[in-house]
Amino acid sequence: MNIIVCIKQVPDPEIPPAKFRIDPEGKRVMPPEGVAPVTSVFDERAMEAALQLKDKYQAKVTAVTLGASAAKSAIRHALSIGADEGVHIQHEAAGELDSFETAFVLTKAIEKIGDYSLILCGRQAADWDAGQVGSLIAENLAIPVVTVARKVDLKDSKVRVESVMQDGYRVIEAPMPALVTVSSEIGLPRLPTGMGILKASRIKITNWNVQDIGAELQGVRRSQLLRLYIPVRETKCQIIEADTVAEAACELALCLRKAKII
Amino acid sequence: MTEFKGVMVCAEFVNGKMSPITMELLGIGRRLADDLGEELSALLIGKEAVPFSREAIAYGGERVYLVSNSPLDSYNSDAYTEAITNVCHQVNPSIVLLGQTDMGRDLAPRLAVRLGGGLAMDCIDLAIDPQTKLMLQTRPVFGGNAYAVMITPTARPQMATVRPKTMSSLERDDSRQGEVVPLEIGIESSMIKAEIIETVKEEVLGIKLEEAEIVVTGGRGIGSVEGFDILRELAGVLGGAVGATRAACDEGLTPATMQVGQTGKIVSPNLYIAVALSGAVQHLAGCSGSKHMVVINTDPDAYIFKVAEWGIVADYKTSLPPFLEKLKELSTQ
Repeated sequence: MNIIVCIKQVPDPEIPPAKFRIDPEGKRVMPPEGVAPVTSVFDERAMEAALQLKDKYQAKVTAVTLGASAAKSAIRHALSIGADEGVHIQHEAAGELDSFETAFVLTKAIEKIGDYSLILCGRQAADWDAGQVGSLIAENLAIPVVTVARKVDLKDSKVRVESVMQDGYRVIEAPMPALVTVSSEIGLPRLPTGMGILKASRIKITNWNVQDIGAELQGVRRSQLLRLYIPVRETKCQIIEADTVAEAACELALCLRKAKII
Repeated sequence: MTEFKGVMVCAEFVNGKMSPITMELLGIGRRLADDLGEELSALLIGKEAVPFSREAIAYGGERVYLVSNSPLDSYNSDAYTEAITNVCHQVNPSIVLLGQTDMGRDLAPRLAVRLGGGLAMDCIDLAIDPQTKLMLQTRPVFGGNAYAVMITPTARPQMATVRPKTMSSLERDDSRQGEVVPLEIGIESSMIKAEIIETVKEEVLGIKLEEAEIVVTGGRGIGSVEGFDILRELAGVLGGAVGATRAACDEGLTPATMQVGQTGKIVSPNLYIAVALSGAVQHLAGCSGSKHMVVINTDPDAYIFKVAEWGIVADYKTSLPPFLEKLKELSTQ
């Protein structure tokens, strides 16, 4: 069985907000200084789901990313934790594509890879939080899609998914090939081992550009970003000070009562 | 060329009631429709929806499309995608709104492909640009650190999902007039590929995080599993729920289901008490909708103080017990 996992490299969402900067002219987010980008959290979980299936049923896992040259390190990481092959669709302006363009390019790449039973994506990317690309790829390929998985398994010839809902989950079965978007409930992603890193360094990553896969982007875009801004948050925190911590704590309780919050 | 006109809202129902997000969608949909001088319609799907046509009108809809064929009685992504696509092809709305809910999140991107529309997910504000008459879609990005304003210049319909509790609904007014249009949509079983085998409701002990009016959240600084006991006691006294940061969950201090943040639950309580957490980008994404915030942290430079209203620079182990005692004392007064 062949599993394709779509991953995206994003600025580290664990940075303190003070490090977050945008370029007011270009409507772009500036990469935080001195902080390495990471694989988007949900995409790491999608990779973990693929590797769990590989452990259980034997499968070939191919990691695919669309990104600028730096995104190659995300593929290298995927290979070091157990992916068998990696495809980097190198596009320096990838950050400026909208969800439809991104899904279009990934669809073309998946079609070129060709042989697959399952495509796994994160439920949304940790940068633009759009939450569209997985479902868009499935619709482009006209295959079934199941979103927000907390568990992915196989049953007979179908994929069996537990899909997260606000008050529980649904068990959904879909014929393959299918696409599943994965949520954080699937479990923590595994870490690379020394052996894994060594093995990964010997795998040649396939490098394509958008022309190689016939992804003509003209007319694909549907959304336009008019403005990107940092919202002004009120920063008038009243630090309660007193002779002892206990007194400050009591004062805090009284403040909340006075403000009729409790 | 098809003329796209009007605003359509996809209604949702929960436990035999119209869900609050539907009223909120009708509220914002009414404003958009008024600004455009066009009609607001509501799409009601399933047997459960039938008694609510009048209610959708009372909350602002002028026309209700009612689709109640039996394959649509309970939610199925393939069937609902097919049905809504079909209705939109008949009605040709220029704007389609769904909730950022289990259903809306699942359906909206699929519908956008089928309809050829553009889509912005999880919007917290929608407006009509007075010059271009395009819908301005404001949504938090990068974990809420930035807001993006998007438009769909030419693709139609312009679609958006709306975050719950961000739009105000209209007062119910049963004197509002409107028309109910029943529609028959043929759903063939061959169209349904992904089948729902089972729906499992998970009982949550106490108050659900997303519904709690007071949330007490602990971070990595809590340091131990037992450390969360006093947070639970505090939440118990206040009638609230306990949350945790991703770091605290990852270290196994609490189950992952308690995580508040971009990759966990998104909460908008009246009071958020942030204990021993610094306020990473991804965490603020889950709690920045809180009305009031209190911070307890040993580090006076922790970013979280900047978004709080009140704070104590102290260890939670020494500050929470007297705080809890005082609260108990106040609650008896």
